[in-house]
Amino acid sequence: MIRLESDVLVIGAGGAGIYAAIAAARDGCRVHLIDRSLIGRGGATVMAQMTVAVALGEQCPDHWEHHLADTLAAGRGLCDPALSQLLCENAPSRIREMDAWKVGWARENGHLKQVHAPGHDRARCVYVDFLNTGPAVSRTLRAQLNRIAAIRRIGDVLITDVVVHEGEAVGAVGLHLVSGEAVALQAKSVIIATGGLTRLYRRNSGSLNMGGDGYALALRAGAELIDMEFVQFFPIGHLAPRMIGMDPIMWDPFRYKLGGRLLNAKGEEFADRYGQAESGNYVLTRDVATYAIFKEVEAGRGSPAGGAYLSFAHVPEAELRKAFGPVIDRLAKNGIDLTKMPVEVAPIAHYHMGGVRVNAAMQTRVPNLYAAGEAVGGANGANRLSGNGITEAFVFGERAGSAAAAHAKARTASGWNDAAAARALESIGARGRADSAPNTAALLVELQALMSDKVGPFRTEGNLRAALERLRKMQQELGPFPAGGAHYDMVCLDWLDLRNMLLVAQCVVRAAIERKESRGAHQREDFPGMLPEWDLNQRLSWRDGELSLARAPAAPAPARVS
Amino acid sequence: MTAKTARLHIRRGTPGAPARTETFAVPFEPGNSLLDGLRWIRATLDPTLALRFSCINANACKECMLELEGKAVYACTERLREGDMHVAPLANKALVHDLITEIAPRDERLLD
Repeated sequence: MIRLESDVLVIGAGGAGIYAAIAAARDGCRVHLIDRSLIGRGGATVMAQMTVAVALGEQCPDHWEHHLADTLAAGRGLCDPALSQLLCENAPSRIREMDAWKVGWARENGHLKQVHAPGHDRARCVYVDFLNTGPAVSRTLRAQLNRIAAIRRIGDVLITDVVVHEGEAVGAVGLHLVSGEAVALQAKSVIIATGGLTRLYRRNSGSLNMGGDGYALALRAGAELIDMEFVQFFPIGHLAPRMIGMDPIMWDPFRYKLGGRLLNAKGEEFADRYGQAESGNYVLTRDVATYAIFKEVEAGRGSPAGGAYLSFAHVPEAELRKAFGPVIDRLAKNGIDLTKMPVEVAPIAHYHMGGVRVNAAMQTRVPNLYAAGEAVGGANGANRLSGNGITEAFVFGERAGSAAAAHAKARTASGWNDAAAARALESIGARGRADSAPNTAALLVELQALMSDKVGPFRTEGNLRAALERLRKMQQELGPFPAGGAHYDMVCLDWLDLRNMLLVAQCVVRAAIERKESRGAHQREDFPGMLPEWDLNQRLSWRDGELSLARAPAAPAPARVS
Repeated sequence: MTAKTARLHIRRGTPGAPARTETFAVPFEPGNSLLDGLRWIRATLDPTLALRFSCINANACKECMLELEGKAVYACTERLREGDMHVAPLANKALVHDLITEIAPRDERLLD
């Protein structure tokens, strides 16, 4: 077993994790920044195509209270206003800090350029050209990170459990993938920054490492999860023709800059049938657009691959090239000429509104355990506004790092306990040969199909119950222990992923079965319409190997923005 | 569209053991990537095939580097084609398992 010790342990090295590590080190702590993949390459941050929402007032006058009002409205009454406020109020400092670190936010006429994204009341989103926000943000954060000696960066380590002793988090255990050896990391504060759960779905816009690890880690450690039924689908994920080397959510920036027309198989615009007319501008919110595309396909008016057409054929070529330069050439290599043909798009799993329940200092209910970024639930309620994802990574990352550092400095020791760590490691010790284990890769594919077909944005009691039953059976098929376990053993890795993914999938399904109404990203075909009696947040916890679900009234919005 | 078949000859093994080449017949639709084919092999024929990737299709993570016909490529941006394709781990990096090599920066490794 390899032993490591630090003040603050950060699990996950995307935008939130890196920001947390920087903040904790800035406050004088020794930090371990761990990722199962390579540092700053996995996660959702690097995949971001464009918008970062922030009330800077550069493009037009703005105030964070307006950003907050829009965030709360998008959340359909379920946001935790304290978290939403933190997100909006602290966003300008973080975005200015990133600017000082030379991220390269797009500029125009001597000011930062901000675009108007759906659901916002004004132009509020900064970005980096062309489709380059995620890579630029990752590069900038990595450059800052690499200068800080107090942070040790370690990739290829999969954290399998937070170690809890006498009710408190004291560190974590995991697997060094390259060698297959167990790793024990003790720390005075632990931050979960592992992102969301997009990998539960067949078509998704996230990285491979977003299988909901952090939710499972938090749950098993004794923390609560909140709002787990709300999975955001990004409405216009690329569907056809097959493209390589391009992100499936790349059409979003095209819509910001050029509008574009969303058409059904008959060539008709259809968004107005579902309550939001477009008239050349990009104003459709994500939940309404997802609903509209699904309904058109269901009515037999879908595109050949089962989505909608997105057309820029009315936009002159010179304008396309001015807006997207080199991207037009990359499209050409994929055989796509936007002046002549539409592309096909369909909803794609994109973000999770639910997550670990924390207070405004990013603390969970487990002492010494924090969460940051998309792993956190509550800030976005039932539906997230465009552009709030990267912003919350920065803001919550900084907040968690700083709070975890203050907490660690006030403690004299981690309280590490070898027996507790050994118990956590024992449950994942590989036994048996990988080639005689169930086909874990096939189980993963089946899980993604099950979640997509039965637990997508449109849900019924029958489908949800069938999914739950199948999830429980899959858990039995998976077996109690992983097989394999040596150098980067994929069968062992899949087993560990499935252990978490099956647990997290059950959280989504359980919460979705209970919520007998339709709101934001959770649409029940058998319970259409939003009901005031469901102005509730659902909280999940894990006791004695069983999930339990509780309800709490949603906190009211502050008077001045409601 | 009629499915076509690629024959993927994949060099496999772990450090210190002699490498072996295994051949898989992979059906594909025109346009599919080499990474699509490798993932199909894992889910359908052999889940023990070790490969590293993260972003799947965006060419953002740069983790799926390997050798195709002796040239370093990204598996996510190479297309499958009919006939023989020879796939191997990067020759200039330390082998970890099958197509996975040690590509992390030295100061981001746990052991070294």
